[in-house]
Amino acid sequence: MALLEVEDIRASYGMIEALHGVSLEVEAGEVVTMIGSNGAGKSTVLRSISGLTPAHAGAIRFDGEEITHLSPVEIVARGISHVPEGRRCFPRMTVRENLELGAYLRRDDLAEDMDHVFELFPRLAEREGQAAGTMSGGEQQMLAIGRAMMARPRLLLMDEPSMGIAPILVERIYETIGEISREGTTILLVEQNALQGLAAAGRGYVIETGHIVLSGPADTLGDDPKVKEAYLGA
Amino acid sequence: MSSVLERARRIDQRFLVAAAILFAVLLPFFFDSGSPFMDDAVLALAYVVMALGLNVIVGFAGLLDLGYVAFFAIGAFTMGWLGSTFYSESNGGDGIHILVTGAASNLPGIHINFLLVLVAAVVFTTIAGVIIGLPTLRLRGDYIAIVTLAFGEIIGQVAANGDQIKIGPIWDATLGKLPLIPDLGSSATLTRGKLGISPVDKIDLPFMDPFTSLNSRPWYFVALGLVLLVLFVNVRLRDSRLGRAWLALREDEVAAISMGIPTVKTKLMAYGTGAALGGMSGAFLGSFLNTVNASQFEFLFSIFILAMVILGGLGSVWGVVIGAILLSYVNSWLIPDVLNGLPGQLGLDFDLTQVSFAIFGFILVIVMILRPEGLIPERSRKQEMHGIGAGDTAGAGTDVELGEAG
Repeated sequence: MALLEVEDIRASYGMIEALHGVSLEVEAGEVVTMIGSNGAGKSTVLRSISGLTPAHAGAIRFDGEEITHLSPVEIVARGISHVPEGRRCFPRMTVRENLELGAYLRRDDLAEDMDHVFELFPRLAEREGQAAGTMSGGEQQMLAIGRAMMARPRLLLMDEPSMGIAPILVERIYETIGEISREGTTILLVEQNALQGLAAAGRGYVIETGHIVLSGPADTLGDDPKVKEAYLGA
Repeated sequence: MSSVLERARRIDQRFLVAAAILFAVLLPFFFDSGSPFMDDAVLALAYVVMALGLNVIVGFAGLLDLGYVAFFAIGAFTMGWLGSTFYSESNGGDGIHILVTGAASNLPGIHINFLLVLVAAVVFTTIAGVIIGLPTLRLRGDYIAIVTLAFGEIIGQVAANGDQIKIGPIWDATLGKLPLIPDLGSSATLTRGKLGISPVDKIDLPFMDPFTSLNSRPWYFVALGLVLLVLFVNVRLRDSRLGRAWLALREDEVAAISMGIPTVKTKLMAYGTGAALGGMSGAFLGSFLNTVNASQFEFLFSIFILAMVILGGLGSVWGVVIGAILLSYVNSWLIPDVLNGLPGQLGLDFDLTQVSFAIFGFILVIVMILRPEGLIPERSRKQEMHGIGAGDTAGAGTDVELGEAG
């Protein structure tokens, strides 16, 4: 049984259906990447899993338990953290305060996790007391990932970690994503940057207008002529 | 190095707070207990309590509430209902008396000890706060302001027309049949409209002489006690987990939800707390002003309290205290007693009290130009006003710079 099972979910914004029956699976320990163009429904898949845009049909199971209709709070409590699109750090709080909020539902000691995040992103340690809004996009992305890690998630959902960030930092952030994965956290990430996203993953899905159109091992997907043409600019 | 400075500043701040409290405690001994200054001081302290309550809703949680007068009204009516001769037919004309001494214990009507009334006011206003809060939860920004404004107006209208709402028969037919709950008499109404419920029982505390309207010193100390209590609540809330959650919701609601912050509960806590504090102050003012009438509960009162919060600094506990004291004295002393004749002396045909809200508006405009974050700003507001973190992608630093540095 996979850690995350998404079965034929539909989700809508008002009258407009964004997902027309999406299914996918993420095994424990895997990195899975979903690629697709703007508006294909990538973010909506993540938002449905984390309860921000609940699916109105189909089922989402995490570790065997159905979570389709749980609230975002209950979903975070079960071990799914969401790094939202556009980072969404709390701009006027310091780096440390942002990280503390990431652990909002935990009541135990945070020191160890704080140190761990600072190890993953030494840049954040340097800026511990700085207001998040004064940092660069790349630093804010690091903070958003670190903040999600503070909840000690078993599954980390990441929405376009490379968006709007200088290439050199994209590489560094992806190195850290690899590190987080090696430490045992399961990762589902969505990317427009197909090359970068697939390189980090074991398996991948391609989503188009609310449907999954292709899936398979990441390297095979990267070699697929259709994917090459549509997403890799070959 | 910075932690030493931080500690020094904190000690400094503690000293300031202690000095301010000492000053407040000693103040009444320098003034005649019947002087208008002392009356104004009592009023100012009651407004501080109210402004700190509104600060929880608007300052901490960022929910613009334009109907705060509703909680003043409910608190004051709790005092009026439970501490006056208004329900004179209750209990077959014998009245109900719980832990009251002095004159009130022989009068008809309901007379309940002030401390119990305070508890009842907190209970009633918290319930009202949650009821007002519920429909606003799906709304944002200006829409919250409009809905709360409407609630404030509804409560004001109910107060004004409550003399037509006969609750006696219904009460007696249902609640009056229950044990412990007395009948109110068939002519009992919800309010007394524009006439107002008056007189209202004076505060009656154990180990203290009965309060009178001639000696404002005991009133002052009760109000100061309420202020200290509410200050404690404000500071503790601000630094609590809940305080952080409010700040997070204010900054970015979607991100806050992703962190697992329960929005409904967190926002309702803000409404409930703010309402309870307003209700406490309302009950106190009902007794102190010796009347509970509909003309007290108008829209401008909500604006008056909101102006205190904005003047002092949204979300800043100490700023709000200063803002409330300043505006209260401008309203009850500076305009009517000091400057009132000024237009007349200049040959103009009006009194300054007629334009007091224009003066508040003017003060606010000046503050917004010179110091938009308020007199004693809260940290994040100050950053906001000075353009830090305007949007989620705006950053002062650049990645290019970072890339080179790394």
